[in-house]
Amino acid sequence: MSAAGHCWQCNQSTSGQLFCPACNSLQPPPNDYYALLGLERKLNLNTQALQQRFYELSRRLHPDRFMQRPVEERQYSLDASSILNDAYRTLKDPVKRAQYVLKQAGFDVGEQRSKDVPPELLEEVFELNMALEEMRGGDNSARPQLEQAESNFTRMMTDVDRQLESLFEKYDRSPSRDPLSELRGVLNRRKYIQNLLDEVHAELTPDT
Amino acid sequence: MEIDFNVPAHIVGIDLGTTNSLVAFMDLTGPRIVPGADGDKLVPSVVSVQPDGEIVVGNPARELLLTQPERTVYSVKRLMGRGLQDVQDELKLYPFHIAPGSESVIHLQLGDRTYTPPEISACVLRQLKQNAEKYFGAEVPKAVITVPAYFNDAQRQATKDAGRIAGLEVLRLVNEPTAASLAYGLDKRKNGIVAVYDLGGGTFDISILKLQDGIFEVLATNGDTHLGGDDIDNLLLRIALEDVAGEWGQDLSTDNEGVQRLRRAVIHAKERLSFVPATNIELEYRGKKYQREIRRELFDKLITPIVDRTLGPCRRCIQDAGVSVDQIDEVVMVGGSTRIPLVLSAVENLFRVKPHTELNPDEVVALGAAVQAAILSGAVQDKLLLDVTPLSLGIETMGGVVSKLIHRNSTIPASATENFTTGVDGQRNVLIHVVQGERELVKDCRSLARFDLKDIDPMPAGMARIEVRFLIDANGILNVTARDQRTGKEHSVDVKPSYGLTDEQVEKMIQESVEKAEQDFAERQVREARVEADTILTAVEKARRHDAYFELTDDERAAIDKAVNELLLVYHADNLDLILQKIEQLNQATQKLAETMMNTAVRGALKGTKI
Repeated sequence: MSAAGHCWQCNQSTSGQLFCPACNSLQPPPNDYYALLGLERKLNLNTQALQQRFYELSRRLHPDRFMQRPVEERQYSLDASSILNDAYRTLKDPVKRAQYVLKQAGFDVGEQRSKDVPPELLEEVFELNMALEEMRGGDNSARPQLEQAESNFTRMMTDVDRQLESLFEKYDRSPSRDPLSELRGVLNRRKYIQNLLDEVHAELTPDT
Repeated sequence: MEIDFNVPAHIVGIDLGTTNSLVAFMDLTGPRIVPGADGDKLVPSVVSVQPDGEIVVGNPARELLLTQPERTVYSVKRLMGRGLQDVQDELKLYPFHIAPGSESVIHLQLGDRTYTPPEISACVLRQLKQNAEKYFGAEVPKAVITVPAYFNDAQRQATKDAGRIAGLEVLRLVNEPTAASLAYGLDKRKNGIVAVYDLGGGTFDISILKLQDGIFEVLATNGDTHLGGDDIDNLLLRIALEDVAGEWGQDLSTDNEGVQRLRRAVIHAKERLSFVPATNIELEYRGKKYQREIRRELFDKLITPIVDRTLGPCRRCIQDAGVSVDQIDEVVMVGGSTRIPLVLSAVENLFRVKPHTELNPDEVVALGAAVQAAILSGAVQDKLLLDVTPLSLGIETMGGVVSKLIHRNSTIPASATENFTTGVDGQRNVLIHVVQGERELVKDCRSLARFDLKDIDPMPAGMARIEVRFLIDANGILNVTARDQRTGKEHSVDVKPSYGLTDEQVEKMIQESVEKAEQDFAERQVREARVEADTILTAVEKARRHDAYFELTDDERAAIDKAVNELLLVYHADNLDLILQKIEQLNQATQKLAETMMNTAVRGALKGTKI
């Protein structure tokens, strides 16, 4: 936690604990989601247990608990609970969790440009765009085609999610860069399909 | 709830409302409202400035609204943290007297002085603080203040400024619906999903919370900071004004007192209609009488569009919370306007549960604020609020597009980090424009502030690395810090709020209010000294007819005359020390006289005593 591993308050060794074992003062929090939550860096997480851990730490770290404490601890509590909230928000969602692990491992997970069509989807995307164009032009006869596309892409999404699952397991068994770079490819593909689905959905149900 | 009162207390909870404000505290029996000097729990959020500078707040100010509308103001919460162009609609409906020079910060003209909305709110807060201090017989330096959940950063900051100007340390701003959920003690049900529907005088909020073992986690919030009972009043008032014009052949809308009296009459009718199926709007004014029956069916028809405006935010909130309607276990009603039967039935229809109305909807927010105050003091440890930010936070990027950094409904405190660099060789500063809102373009969002990263060491373009951390704290207020990545040093950030007061302006207002308090104190001391002078002067005049006076030497009598004259000379001066000094001089000069009189009196008394 603190660089030297010594409590800022009493200078005793903190043994890497969030709260000093000697004087119980809150230490500067680690800026890593897994470290703060005290979790192993796994891609598969039990979200129920994650939530329990989040509530437990919120009770101990929230600024409400530090109003009567020294200014340093109030600041650490603000830092710690903001990281904790960001961590929970990120890790409870499998896709955001995977993106976080990739980013921490040094992968570039910037926004996928929508122009980079995955080659295996080229034909389908071309046809979809035609149908979308027709719909937007007021031609309702393209509706069945769009509905067909929606169910196709939904099926692809299920496949992608299954792939993600197996890559999660692969990484958790042996954490290395190989499954991660594979993971990045699948995430990009997922993002692309998600965008297409959103577009089709917006066209089919214009009121929402 | 477990309450431990072996901790420093006197942190109060304040509901600073559009129409009414309340102050509450927590004792061993639970949260309680502190009544005002007049015994009323509600302090109308009305402020009047008298010609001598005296500030009148609450019920007496509400009366002055009729006779001195030009120096009296209400519903000022509608202006908090807003710019002149934001409030054009408000200005058509409310008699706000905007002073010149209100371009960046609104100033209201009240009599011969101008006040910003936080200063007006500070008057209300000061009154509540005094009420609490009188009640406890002790100083109340700290408070929790509630704000509408849907308040943006500027509106929150303005509320905090008001607290500071009133001499209160604002420990926390709490969202009104969240506070209300605390007051309802809903944690009796260990786990569940609760919706809080809060329709107040000027604002509407909907929040959906998940309760689990004492943790109140807000899942989503939505609302409209310009929707409330006021809108119903304005609607009825407009109709009544037309009616009166037809009947009396007289346009009352330009007559301040007439409008205020008619407004009161429609509010009265509106309130009665929650309990009876029909009532009259009645006005007697300058010898003329107006009376119009209004039935609940018509009332319901008139206000349906207003009630419907609350349902959209409710639906969006349910969606954002990621729950379905049938997962919602309880609905809690907050705010005076939820007494209206149509509102109750609309909410019941939407959520398909019978809403809670057990607690007084006017008091529940203040009671909840008192519970939060007890949490902050450490007296209550088994509860914790996890609230969210109502609006997304972003920065302006190329082409006026918003890059979102913190999404709405993120649990607070929440943070985001961005790296900035320079675009031109030798560039010394970087300007960051922060906005709040859900839209894609800067022009459709709300400008919060411009942060200027200054004193960057001159170097080639793109070489500087400044890490900026945006942190929304537990109050929902943005804090920005910057660090130079190369040197690791904190970087100075100059903040220019888009709407609202700079720190220096708030400091100046605090200074002025302290000076004002000192001035008030000095004036009171002078007045008290004059009373003391009156007493001694009267006594001396009386003593001149006493036998003892004639026992004095000529010199002694001359000394008394001199002291009396000198005291009379300084009597009307505003110099406390001088008055006190002359009183003391007169005391000295009359000491022998007083002793002689005392002895005579004792002798007389002894003579008259039967032993």
